[in-house]
Amino acid sequence: MDRFKTFTGVVAPLNRYNVDTDAIIPKQFLKSIHRSGFGDNLFDEWRYLDHGEPGQDCSDRPLNLDFVLNQKRYMNAGILLTRSNFGCGSSREHAPWALDNYGFRVIIAESYADIFYNNCFKNAILPICLTEGIINSLFELTLAKPGYTLTVDLEAQIITDPLDTKIYFEIEKFRKDALLEGLDEIGQTLTHTDIIKNFEKKHRNENPWLFRSL
Amino acid sequence: MAGKTLYDKLWDSHLVREDTSGTSLIYIDRQLIHEVTSPQAFEGLRLAGRKSWRQSANVAVPDHNVPTKDRHKGITDPISKLQVETLSTNCADFGIKEFSMSDPNQGIVHVIGPEQGLTLPGMTIVCGDSHTSTHGALGALAFGIGTSEVEHVLATQCLIQKKSKNMLISVNGKLNIGVTAKDIILYIIGQIGTAGGTGFSIEFSGETIRNLSMESRMTICNMAIEAGARSGMIAVDQVTLDYIKGRPFSPSENEWEKAVSSWQNLKSDSDAKFDKVIQIDASSINSMVTWGTSPEMVTEVNGTIPFPDNRNSSTIDAALDYMGLTSGTAIKDIQLDKIFIGSCTNSRIEDLRLAANILKGQQIADSIKLALVVPGSGPVKKQAEAEGLDKIFIDSGFEWREPGCSMCLAMNADYLEPGERCASTSNRNFEGRQGQGGRTHLVSPIMAAAAAIEGHFTNVSKYLDN
Repeated sequence: MDRFKTFTGVVAPLNRYNVDTDAIIPKQFLKSIHRSGFGDNLFDEWRYLDHGEPGQDCSDRPLNLDFVLNQKRYMNAGILLTRSNFGCGSSREHAPWALDNYGFRVIIAESYADIFYNNCFKNAILPICLTEGIINSLFELTLAKPGYTLTVDLEAQIITDPLDTKIYFEIEKFRKDALLEGLDEIGQTLTHTDIIKNFEKKHRNENPWLFRSL
Repeated sequence: MAGKTLYDKLWDSHLVREDTSGTSLIYIDRQLIHEVTSPQAFEGLRLAGRKSWRQSANVAVPDHNVPTKDRHKGITDPISKLQVETLSTNCADFGIKEFSMSDPNQGIVHVIGPEQGLTLPGMTIVCGDSHTSTHGALGALAFGIGTSEVEHVLATQCLIQKKSKNMLISVNGKLNIGVTAKDIILYIIGQIGTAGGTGFSIEFSGETIRNLSMESRMTICNMAIEAGARSGMIAVDQVTLDYIKGRPFSPSENEWEKAVSSWQNLKSDSDAKFDKVIQIDASSINSMVTWGTSPEMVTEVNGTIPFPDNRNSSTIDAALDYMGLTSGTAIKDIQLDKIFIGSCTNSRIEDLRLAANILKGQQIADSIKLALVVPGSGPVKKQAEAEGLDKIFIDSGFEWREPGCSMCLAMNADYLEPGERCASTSNRNFEGRQGQGGRTHLVSPIMAAAAAIEGHFTNVSKYLDN
């Protein structure tokens, strides 16, 4: 997995609560058997005025100019600012893939749905939780200042704005370490193969019906 | 020391190792696999030259993309077809059992797991699908995961996890006539919100839950994720044991007694400590109907669409704008275009019996353009046909289809056109969920059937008094 250390990017404000993963990447794009190619279809139903299908060239599709990502000042945004319970609903990892493919490396919200939050870390995306008050002020600043840019330093757990205002954020140590080091989690787990095998043997003895062949 | 919750017990019995960083390695007994969230996981294994750790821990079935009519003709959409074929190829290459599209036992992954005895009490169960919480109804720890984790489980039989907090939702009292498990869980989501269970594992308990059938319990646990909780669960009791016994992959006769004795402890200790406890009075629940674009936007059928307050006005305005509705409108005045009975929430035989009981001798309204019944699995379909339920549905004006996820998420040919309004027994009323621009109202199978007859939402009790 890619590492995440620091990131500087333009902030795009998505002022909605409970943004679900169906909205982040609609179902028709989940038919792909690949891990990339989802960026053009991020927020597809909000971003375009027509119906999108997988494999379509999106460059000449009619844009919904009211949608935040279609506004010129947010065009190259790399940080998504949004409201609480972001990423709720379906477990589709296509949601963080689409965010990543589009160019978002950081999300800032009051809270996230559990599965989505977990999926972000598998894809070197940093989802940051901040209080409602700070989120409100970030929305105000983002809307007031075109090109509003933040720098995120994961090691220090600090967000810095253009006026050098610093915002500290919390993150669990194991998640931070995984991003900083870009670990191959499967490889890490397989270093414990003997422990897993020992557990499995005992578990099988106690619950043989869980191990029947199919 | 305080006793353990059911979740604590399931966690402890699968704990392989704890890391100093605060995470744990948890052993996974069963992984269920479908075509949508698995191709990239198998590809990851191939790229790294890894094998499946324990082939027989995995079971696969295509369900999201499969057509629900003219199945013998195969899948016409080439992209869907490739995804379903890729599942078969991957299962063959990695030695995993698949119930293919033509298998008589094919169905929705969360229907066939319990039906085949592939999901059992005391198991840890995962699937790249958020509605995996369904299987917790059997006293299992079951939760949805992303594709990277699907790959992790395939390769290691384990997951790196952090323990959730414990929530108890206790439902007590007598249910009103026509109130089903679907109404209970929609009511709970309305009470605690779609993020109310975030960070928690929810155990559902209380006399009302204990009096529910196994299939109704699955409906409750299925939508734990709609309350924000990755897993929902219910303690093992006689209802659980009666359901499991004799299923194709349940413990054999000579293992049965030993299995049962190990399952007896799968309940929270009387002195177990929960981080949060919620009491629900069952008698205060009526038939529930969602009116917005989140499952928490729900009210009873006799209610009206609420007015926004300062805190939530932008969200509610956006939802009502999408739904083409206005505050103050009576739920019963909402006119419908389509009806969908199906999904991993409500496509089991009891659901179909409840709906058919309402539809017997009735006709759906002329204004309904399409009414679909999509059984959850091949065996559900067969059983319904043996009971003559298919005839009741067809005679009333419904279409009787082949099993799959169908219009719950509309990845196949079953979907809403823009602006169409549907009473649906599924689990999500998100924007575009049932088709771009489609408008979804989540309801019970009883309400879906009654609404089909009248063309709008209605009191179901009049159909039950007859």
